[in-house]
Amino acid sequence: MAGVNDKVAKLEARDLDVTFRSGRDVVRAVRGTSFAVAEGESFGIVGESGSGKSTVLRAICGLAPVSGGTIKLDGRDLPNPRDAAFYRQVQMVFQDPYASLHPRHTIDGVLSEPLAIHGFDNREERIEKALTDVGLGSDFRFRFPHQLSGGQRQRVAIARALILEPSVLLLDEPTSALDASIQAEVLNLLDGLRSARGLTYVMVSHDLAVVAHMCDRLVVMQHGRQVEELTRAALQAHRAETDYTRQLLAASEGYTPA
Amino acid sequence: MTALPTPTGGSRREWLLTDRPQSRRQARLGQAYRTWLAFRGNWLAMLGLGIVLALIFLAIFADVIAPYHPTIGGDLRTERLLPPSWEHWMGTDGQARDILSRIIYGARLTLLVVTLVALIATPIGLLVGTVAGYFGGWVDTILMRITDIFLAFPRLILALAFVAALGPGIENAIIAIAITSWPPYARLARAETLTIRDQDYIAATRLQGAGSARIIWKHVVPLCMSSVIIRVTLDMAGIILTAAGLGFLGLGAQPPQPEWGAMIADGRRFIIDQWWVATMPGLAIFTVSLAFNLLGDGLRDVLDPKARK
Repeated sequence: MAGVNDKVAKLEARDLDVTFRSGRDVVRAVRGTSFAVAEGESFGIVGESGSGKSTVLRAICGLAPVSGGTIKLDGRDLPNPRDAAFYRQVQMVFQDPYASLHPRHTIDGVLSEPLAIHGFDNREERIEKALTDVGLGSDFRFRFPHQLSGGQRQRVAIARALILEPSVLLLDEPTSALDASIQAEVLNLLDGLRSARGLTYVMVSHDLAVVAHMCDRLVVMQHGRQVEELTRAALQAHRAETDYTRQLLAASEGYTPA
Repeated sequence: MTALPTPTGGSRREWLLTDRPQSRRQARLGQAYRTWLAFRGNWLAMLGLGIVLALIFLAIFADVIAPYHPTIGGDLRTERLLPPSWEHWMGTDGQARDILSRIIYGARLTLLVVTLVALIATPIGLLVGTVAGYFGGWVDTILMRITDIFLAFPRLILALAFVAALGPGIENAIIAIAITSWPPYARLARAETLTIRDQDYIAATRLQGAGSARIIWKHVVPLCMSSVIIRVTLDMAGIILTAAGLGFLGLGAQPPQPEWGAMIADGRRFIIDQWWVATMPGLAIFTVSLAFNLLGDGLRDVLDPKARK
């Protein structure tokens, strides 16, 4: 973690454990994961389905039960339950834009709700600006989600996350539900927003190509454990140290006939 | 927001159906208009709606429409139990009162019962169901056991108890029906809430710092609303029949109030020789119950997203 330790990390998880209990069933979804993300950095978490990568994000937001370890934002422990100040700092974009927008609320309703909750002023201008920033015109403002395409919905979800002007954005596979041509558009949009606003990203994906494009550093997770931490340069040079990461790398290159 | 573009004559339809609404109002009206267009295509539902609207019209203008007084009869020596004729379209009853006029005035009582029961039972059911479903755990357990207790009350027995405690009358019948009819709505709302509460859009709202009350009221209730409205409309027929049943037993509306169930009970004595006395109010109950069922089925086709073709 060179380069991170010399100043306080923006977001830091240490020995994070997440355990789901239902009756006698106990599922330890995340076991002893640690990472630190510097301000303005883009950090990736990679793994196959069920590796616990999305659970890490949900644990940061307080949507999953943390059973051990600590999460710190700006060097301070997070309050439990998370408070309004936390939600203004940290926002999340969900995986499936078809599930993350309320079917009966217009885009205007979706965007004005966080402003109302946090008592922001100039709501009209903020909504217009949020829509313009994600490349949607004001034409879209009073539409319902079912009148939008998948890519447009995900842009709305990004606008919703950014309208509170957070400094950290958690991205839970933001493009995996979109088709390939739209994926690039949304990723470029996210990249542009990060450099324009100096945002810190934590991005979860199963797609190494996407993470290599977006992130400076990444961890690889398997079965709830952290397998390896890599830099982008190491990833691009295929300098993986564990077998599992090498397998993932091979898989990301696509199907090769034997 | 910029000034609203005003709709002009022929383009009103386009203004409503545009996929680029310019204001909150236009988006909402457009959505309502689309629902109406879908509803209008179902002629049975339109028939039901027509009958219900006619019932409301009769209730409002009963004073003007009814040819005779509903409770003061004519000459008891010459005008008792007359068969249907041009003077008395539905005949007269044992007190020489015009049955048509009584049925027209009875529409008021029927509407009163249906409206009040819906207004009392629906909010209670929605509130209990969504709160239980959203919070889960012990809140859910307690609220649902209370629901089970209310569900276990037989309506007529509870109505009897109410009448014994508070005295007979249409108001007590309404209360008895209302407090025994909310549990199904609570269960329905809870089941809907259980599927809604783990959706990403609820998690997203929580991440924006919304409290539970805001999430339940603004996000969960609107989604439960349509199925509850459908269920309430379909239950209207049952409510009318229960009210009529209570009237028939003498526990609901009291004489000389022109309540349809009580009128059937009144006509029971003459059912062999003067069939119209019991038949006419029976036909009224049948027509209105059928209309509410048709309306409910039509609403289900339009409002229930799962049944949408």
